[in-house]
Amino acid sequence: MTTEKPHISVKNLNVHIDGNHILKNISIDIPDKKVTSFIGPSGCGKTTLLKTFNRLLDRNGNVEITGQVLVDGVDLYSPDTEVTSIRKKMGLLSQRPFPLPMNIYDNVAYGARIHGQRDKKELDKIVEHYLRGVSLWDEVKDRLKDPATRLSIGQQQRLCLARGLAVEPEIILGDEPTSALDPISTQHIEELFLKLKDKYTLVLVTHILRQARRVSDYIVFIYMGEIIEFGTTEEVLLNPKEKLTKDYVKGYIS
Amino acid sequence: MKRKLEEQFFKLLMILCTLSISGVLIMILWTITSKGAGSLTWDIVSKIPEGGFYIGKGGGILNAIIGSIYITIGATVFGLLISIPVVLYINVYAKKNSWLATTTRLTSDILFGLPSIVYGAFGFTIMIYFGLKTSLLAGTITVTLLVIPILVRAMDEVFRVVPEDIGNAVYSLGGTRWETSKILIRQCVPGIITAILLSFGRAIGDAACVLFTAGYTDSIPTSLDQPTATLPLAIFFQLSSPIEEVQNRAYAAALILTIIVLVISFTAKYFSKKLSKNKI
Repeated sequence: MTTEKPHISVKNLNVHIDGNHILKNISIDIPDKKVTSFIGPSGCGKTTLLKTFNRLLDRNGNVEITGQVLVDGVDLYSPDTEVTSIRKKMGLLSQRPFPLPMNIYDNVAYGARIHGQRDKKELDKIVEHYLRGVSLWDEVKDRLKDPATRLSIGQQQRLCLARGLAVEPEIILGDEPTSALDPISTQHIEELFLKLKDKYTLVLVTHILRQARRVSDYIVFIYMGEIIEFGTTEEVLLNPKEKLTKDYVKGYIS
Repeated sequence: MKRKLEEQFFKLLMILCTLSISGVLIMILWTITSKGAGSLTWDIVSKIPEGGFYIGKGGGILNAIIGSIYITIGATVFGLLISIPVVLYINVYAKKNSWLATTTRLTSDILFGLPSIVYGAFGFTIMIYFGLKTSLLAGTITVTLLVIPILVRAMDEVFRVVPEDIGNAVYSLGGTRWETSKILIRQCVPGIITAILLSFGRAIGDAACVLFTAGYTDSIPTSLDQPTATLPLAIFFQLSSPIEEVQNRAYAAALILTIIVLVISFTAKYFSKKLSKNKI
């Protein structure tokens, strides 16, 4: 385990979906302002774990969640926690980019608008700032009024990142955020992650070991709903303690 | 060789089916145009019936045109006011597969399948219960009941196929369910317009719903408690006349009905395209 200051603390988390025990007794501290990657075979529960962090999981019926997820000391699953304010703290980058059905400008301005920013000049500033932040400004500055869907899929993913950053979150959750992208776009996104970890805590789900190695400070190996190993990237990938981790890293299980 | 023949056989079969559908449409249009076009004069669309109209004397069916438009627009607007919240509830607010959402879908499926005469009879019973006369209001309420399941079903189909991730994107920006609803409505504009079209077409063409509830009169209603004529009933009454002139006017009324529906369809298609340029 780590000595870093935790940003998200998970304590004895158990998740049942449709009666299946998906996550088993998960306890983990996700360090502040670092990149932590969840790795593991498909169906091991890594995406489910990520979705418990912004409470998107319990929107579905037949989900039973017990245990605690603390963000800055606040329990997400305590009944008096206000869900929308929690979600605002966490940007989500999904597997495929899903721009909102509006133009490029409005996509980035959307978050600021729903949180009360109405001033046109301020919005202009916000849009430019965050589009520059994801290195998209120069590509789109002349066509901000175009539908977001006209962008290439790699540009759309960067737009979605800008949209998420514009509500000033503290944590960025990425659910295999590069799995639909070409190698160049993937590289763009990975570079952005390395830049962003100065300011944000990043949690990524990935099934690409090389990506986990390139971008993450810490790696969590999950297998069949349980955390098998958690440590720095070097420890887990180069010197795994557990046999399962060793097998996974070597490609015996996938 | 056998497989090639099989391919050609089915291709031919499908072409025949397609042609027969278009054939039926062309025949309908041909019948109402050839019989009705001669009677489709300016008088027909601009005047209300004069004395002796139903035995072939002067006047027109403006009363029925206006009556139908009132009822159809009224029913579609009321229908939307009720069905949009229903669709948003079962797609955004309710948890997935909650019993209330499932029950609502089942109910609207059953209501969708009910013949319109049942709505007419139901509307009639309600009317008597509240001591109402046949009126524009009673007709509009009954037709509203008829179109609600059409609107709910048609809109639900499009809301259900919107990728979950769009909603999740709004939620993860700290959006509320209401904000998510607004985004989904934007995304579903073409589907909502199709639903409105379906409901409009059904409402304007339905005779059984308005037969007992809206009544029939030769004047244009000036308030909600007056009875009103409608195009389907104008067709029905005139077509049952033995006089050929009057029968032809029934076809003219059918032609007017068809033209209204076509005009609405094309306008809606046009706006649907314009409004959905940002759609994903």
